[in-house]
Amino acid sequence: MSEQIAFAVLAFTLVGSALAVVLSKNLFHAVLWLALALTGTAGVFLLLDAEFLAAVQLLLYAGGIITIVVFAIVVTERLIGERLTQTNMRIGGGALLSAVLFGFILMVLARHPLPATRPEMPGDLTRAVGEAVLTRYVLPFELLAVLMLTGLLGAIYFARPED
Amino acid sequence: MGLQPYLLLSATVFCIGLFGVMTRRNTIGILLGIELMMNAVNINLVAFARYTAVASGMVFTVFTICITVTEAALGLAIVILLFRVRRTVMADHLDLLKG
Repeated sequence: MSEQIAFAVLAFTLVGSALAVVLSKNLFHAVLWLALALTGTAGVFLLLDAEFLAAVQLLLYAGGIITIVVFAIVVTERLIGERLTQTNMRIGGGALLSAVLFGFILMVLARHPLPATRPEMPGDLTRAVGEAVLTRYVLPFELLAVLMLTGLLGAIYFARPED
Repeated sequence: MGLQPYLLLSATVFCIGLFGVMTRRNTIGILLGIELMMNAVNINLVAFARYTAVASGMVFTVFTICITVTEAALGLAIVILLFRVRRTVMADHLDLLKG
C-alpha cells in the first residue's frame, strides 16, 4: 500500500513539473521545474530499487545539466538584453500529435500482458550493475568514455572565447 | 504494483516532452523538452529491468544518462555559438537553410 501512495505522489509531481517545463513562460522557471522533474525521476528509481541510478540521476542530471542550462541562459539572455519570456507556437498541432502518440502507446500497452508483480532480485542490484558494466558491457563502457571525452572537448571548442 | 503504471507514467512524460519540443520557440526550451523525453526513456528502461530481474536494463540506463549529459553540453555549446553568430536563440529565426 505504501508503494502505491509513494508512486502516486511521485507521478503527480513528475507530470505536474513536466507540464510546467513545457508551458512556463519564464525560461528560468522552466529550468527549475525541470530540476524538480529530474529529482522526481530519482524518486521513481528509488521506488524501483535502483539506488545507484537514483544517485547518478541526482548528481549528473539535477547537478550537471541544470548548471549548464542556467549558464547557457545567462550567457544568451543577459547579453541580448531581452526578458526571459518565451512563448509556444503551433500549440494545437503539437498537442494533437502528442495525444495521438499517447493513444497509440496506450493501445499497445493494453494489448500485451505485463507482469503484475515484481520478481525477487537475486542479490545486490548495485553489485549486479557494477559487475555487468565491467564484464559483459566493458567495450560499450570504454566507448562511452571516449564519446564523453570527444563530446566535452567539442563543447569546449564550440564555446571557446573569441580571439 | 504491476509494471503498467510505470510505463504509463513514462509514456505521459515522453508525450509532454514531445509537445515541448514541437511547440517551444526558444532553442534552450527545445533542449529542455528533449531532456524530459530522455528521462521518460530512462524510467522505462529501469522499470523493465526491475520487473524482469535483469541488470542489463540498468546498465543501459547508466549509458543513456551519460550520453544525455554529453548531448546537453554539446547542444548548449551550439546554442551559445549560434547566439554569437546570429544574435538570437529563437528556433524560427534560425532559417538559414530554408529555400
